[in-house]
Amino acid sequence: MRDVSIIGIGQTIVGEHWDKSLRELGYYALAAALKDAKLARVDALYVGNAHSGALSNQENVGAMIADFAGLRGVEALKIEAAGASAAAAMRLGYIAVAGGLCDFVACVGVEKMTDQQPSTQESALAMSADGDYEAMQGLTTVSLNALLMRRYMHEYGYTKADFAPFAVNAHANAINNPFAMYRMNISPKQFAEAKPLADPISMFDSSPVADGAACVILAPSALAKEFTDRPVRVRASAVATDTVGLHDRRDLLSLDGAAWSAQKAFAAAGVNPSDIDLFELHDGFTIMSALSLEAAGFAARGKGVDLALNGEIRLGGRIPITTMGGMKARGNPAGASGLYQIVEAVQQLRGEAGANQVANARLAMTQNIGGSGATVVTSILERI
Amino acid sequence: MEVARFWRTNKQRYQLVGEECPHCKGKIFPPRDICPTCDKEAKVPYVFSGKGEVFSFSTLHQAPAGFERYAPYTVALVKLSEGPMVTAQLTDVDASDVKIGMPVEMVTRVLREDGERGMLVYGYKFRPA
Repeated sequence: MRDVSIIGIGQTIVGEHWDKSLRELGYYALAAALKDAKLARVDALYVGNAHSGALSNQENVGAMIADFAGLRGVEALKIEAAGASAAAAMRLGYIAVAGGLCDFVACVGVEKMTDQQPSTQESALAMSADGDYEAMQGLTTVSLNALLMRRYMHEYGYTKADFAPFAVNAHANAINNPFAMYRMNISPKQFAEAKPLADPISMFDSSPVADGAACVILAPSALAKEFTDRPVRVRASAVATDTVGLHDRRDLLSLDGAAWSAQKAFAAAGVNPSDIDLFELHDGFTIMSALSLEAAGFAARGKGVDLALNGEIRLGGRIPITTMGGMKARGNPAGASGLYQIVEAVQQLRGEAGANQVANARLAMTQNIGGSGATVVTSILERI
Repeated sequence: MEVARFWRTNKQRYQLVGEECPHCKGKIFPPRDICPTCDKEAKVPYVFSGKGEVFSFSTLHQAPAGFERYAPYTVALVKLSEGPMVTAQLTDVDASDVKIGMPVEMVTRVLREDGERGMLVYGYKFRPA
């Protein structure tokens, strides 16, 4: 197996892009990453996307982005793994480069969501749940996470207000990210008074539906220095799965898929949670942040919220998370979010995170989750 | 629309028919053919009693397409007395009265409708027992 590095990154601003289509967003991120890598062409293009069929009436998105980007004839495929689609595309790129099948691979995550009405968005998002036994009953992504959060509060004795630090921290970090959707602070009081979506989840527990695209260019580490002064090495790329339906989980409050995915990544990189300098986790909902911290080994069972309450998730804390705003405040273009995580981790490892720079960041971990814990992609990246 | 899809899950949705594992005797719902406890094949039908208790719940305000007219409605994870968990709506109860641990029983109700001339989909919901 060959060692793999990231030699280029690109992203669009996350938001409601009324004037831009799926293909344009994907192309802009790809073009930015190619420019960053000083590269004209790639051997393959892997596009992560979750909802183009349901929300843009468009499939065959791999070929579509390749065509629009002028990459005539290139190998191009779409990868779908719900909210983990983008990191899954990077996983495929990693396999291709590590395995010696391709030298230069572009991994794009792209999502176009805001053209549609909220009920259509809810139905599309609910396709990542169990269609016959969850969506059929009228469950949505928000309400499935609400079932997790209610039970978590019940078993461990937390109040709803205890989850505020996840959202407050994300918003504070987004202020310094020019690509973020919501660059403003929120207060614990605003968090407590936010509009309920599916109790106990309210608006500020939930990441916003958005449009956006992000891209990384992968290359063999042996060639990376020819293209960039600051390559970032992929130390681990791991995928694990769990039951799609929440009702089928062995233990509702344990994200086994996230734990297995993280354990595989730690083993591949030969590191421990204590070696990680920052963790871009899957904060689609505040409860997902708490459960992810626990599954990945940064907090004991039931202590994920405590870690946040103690300030350990902030810049300068024991394990900074959502350092550029996370899904909550940077915005959550579902099938693109995993590559925003990777791009932001690369910014941190290159020392390009500006006011949000994690001091001496050497190892960054990202974890992208599809469904309520069903598909989990973990990456560990290293500054060379 | 999707008539065959609803038809092939009628037994589960009308009668809570799951499976019993012939090897470890574990009860399985929804049916999945490989026992989640012992990983062996399990295809023996088993009819659940429909009794259980609320394990977690939420009242949702933003409904997906096909459910808009019912919002807000309360959904729950119900732990069946035979062991498995089932995801369903609660009915015949005020949302503010729902508690974790509350005993419930299965009833058959309309789940959704595809417009005025579309199909009505029936299935299980749970009410206080």
